[in-house]
Formats: sequence, structure tokens, C-alpha cells
Amino acid sequence: MLEYLAMASWSPYVVGAGIGVLIWTTFLLSDHPLGCSTGYAKTAGMVETAVSREKAGSMPYYRQFVPAVDWWGMLLIGLVIGAFLSATLSGTFSIILVPTMFAAAFGTGWPLRLTVALAGGILLGLGARWAGGCTSGHGISGTLQLSLASWVAAACFFAGGIAVAGLLYGSPYL
Amino acid sequence: MTLQQIRSSARAQLVLGLATGIVFGFLLQKGQVTEYPVILGQLLLTDFTVVKVMLTAVLVGMIGVYAMKAAGAARLHCRMGSVGATVLGGLVFGAGFAVLGYCPGTAAAAVGAGAMDALVGMIGMVLGAGLFARLYPRLDRTVLKWGKFPAVTIPELLHLPPWVVVIAMVILIPVVFYVLTVLGF
Repeated sequence: MLEYLAMASWSPYVVGAGIGVLIWTTFLLSDHPLGCSTGYAKTAGMVETAVSREKAGSMPYYRQFVPAVDWWGMLLIGLVIGAFLSATLSGTFSIILVPTMFAAAFGTGWPLRLTVALAGGILLGLGARWAGGCTSGHGISGTLQLSLASWVAAACFFAGGIAVAGLLYGSPYL
Repeated sequence: MTLQQIRSSARAQLVLGLATGIVFGFLLQKGQVTEYPVILGQLLLTDFTVVKVMLTAVLVGMIGVYAMKAAGAARLHCRMGSVGATVLGGLVFGAGFAVLGYCPGTAAAAVGAGAMDALVGMIGMVLGAGLFARLYPRLDRTVLKWGKFPAVTIPELLHLPPWVVVIAMVILIPVVFYVLTVLGF
């Protein structure tokens, strides 16, 4: 058992099946899908509230997604802890600033990578809330419910991602 | 505690959110989808780990959720989409997916595995979500309502009973895996 937990990687099919079962428990015990971007929206709401309670209170979006530490925020904290446990058990934990693949194409300088990461994050946060979900909320939890919007969203996530990844790195097929 | 009490208890939900995150993060890290080259490899169509993880989760999750729905233990939570919201938002998300190299869930997990660029990405996501909240009243009156989809679910769109579509997916997803294997992925 411990040996299995200490492996550096598991089959994607085992991991996917585990996530599927995890989503059963979320529907059963929490009565909502498993999604990650809601936690970011609520965090943004808490920042907005800290800056001006009056302003945040007047924003319609935060009446729908009430800024508070709840299931969604705890999910994000748990994600960090769970991955830390996994990486530590397998001895693969390592602090990196610039992924090797990025460094090979664009240089090893961290200011560029962190600027690009910040820009990518802004697009992700904006796009996820615009589309009403992310890779987990739409891409897995929504598609498994056979939601039409979720299948279209997942297709657009990949369409946009494939186009921009091709622009950045050049498609290996063209 | 009854199921209803668990669902409505704020404290139980805090613990459940944390526990769900820990298991989810553990799985994502073991699945290597917290790795920048794995995500970019998927978007460059040279590595299909992300698709394999997602479609297996959809297959297993769908069977359980529809079984629980039939047993009266779970409800579906599908929302109506539109071209202006789902397609435009989805494309913006996709661009961010390639630029950051992680998505909202895998970024948090990547931070746990030591990727500090993912932490900067998480800060960006809070900013992006906050930006959307600021723009929301204007967008909600206009672009989010453009091109409303004709149905909420795929069974409704196809005028088929949900179980027919569930069975079709149970057949189609393994076919996709088989094709990926044949193609050498």
C-alpha cells in the first residue's frame, strides 16, 4: 500500500476513476459539482470586501457567489496539501520557478515566466467565470451530467488552448 | 447525522471541501497533470494524459451520478449556456490554459508539488475572477445572453431519454481510448 502511494505516477485511467468516485461523494454529500474556479471568485470577493465592504456588497456577482471561506475555498487549500503529500511521498517535490520546457523555448529568466504566468492566470480566471466553470467544473463535473454547455465549454477550452499552444511552441504536426 | 444535515452543516462542508481537495490534489499529482509539459503536451497533441484522466473521470462519474439520481440520492446541476458566455468564455479560458500551462485545479495542485509559477498563476486567477465580477453587470445585459443554446442537456437536445445517452457514452469513451492506443498515445 505505502509502496503504491510512494510511486511517482499512476496510470491516468486509475487517476481518472479516482476522480470519478470523488465526484460521486461531492454530489452525494455536498449536493453540487466539483469545480475549482468558484473558490477563486469567492477569494476575489473577499479581497474586494477587504478593500471596500460597501463596494463589494453592492456588486451583483458577489450576491450569487458570496465571498466567504467555505467548501470552495477549502477545496483549493486541500488541493495544495494533497499534491504536497503525493509529491513528498514519492520524493518528487521540488521548488521550480521556470518549467524546463518553457526555459528551453523562451529562456531561463524567471521575470518573463512569472509575468507570463500572471497573464495566463488572469485569462483563466476571467474565462472560467465568463464560461461558468473550468476544466473540473465544466470539463469533468458538467460533461458527466451530459450538460450541453459543459461539452461546448470543454471543446472551446481545448480549441483555444490548442491554438495558443501552437502559436507559442509551434505545432509539431504543421 | 442525516444526509440533509451534512449538506446543510457549514462546518461539515468545510471539512468535506478540505478532504475533497486533499484527495483531488493527491490524484492530480499522481496523474502528472500538475506538470507544465504534460498540460502543454496535451494542447500540442503530443501527450494525451489530460484527456485520458478527464474522460475516465467522466465515464466513472457519470455512471455513479446517474445511478444516484435514479435512486433519488443526487440531483443534477446543469445550467443553460450561450454562445456569448460558453463559447467566448471558453476560448478565453483556453488561451489562459496554454499561456499558464495549468488550469484552476491543477495550478493549486502544482503549487503543492513546488511549482511557484503556478502560485503566480493562482494570483492571476483571483485577479481575473475579480475582473469578471466587476464587468458582470454590463456583460450580463449583453454578451452573456447572446445565442442562447437550444437545450440544457445533450439528451434534451437530441430528444433522447438520458439513459440512452449514458449508454452511448459508456461505449464511446472506451472507443476513444482504443483509438488513442492504436495511434500510439
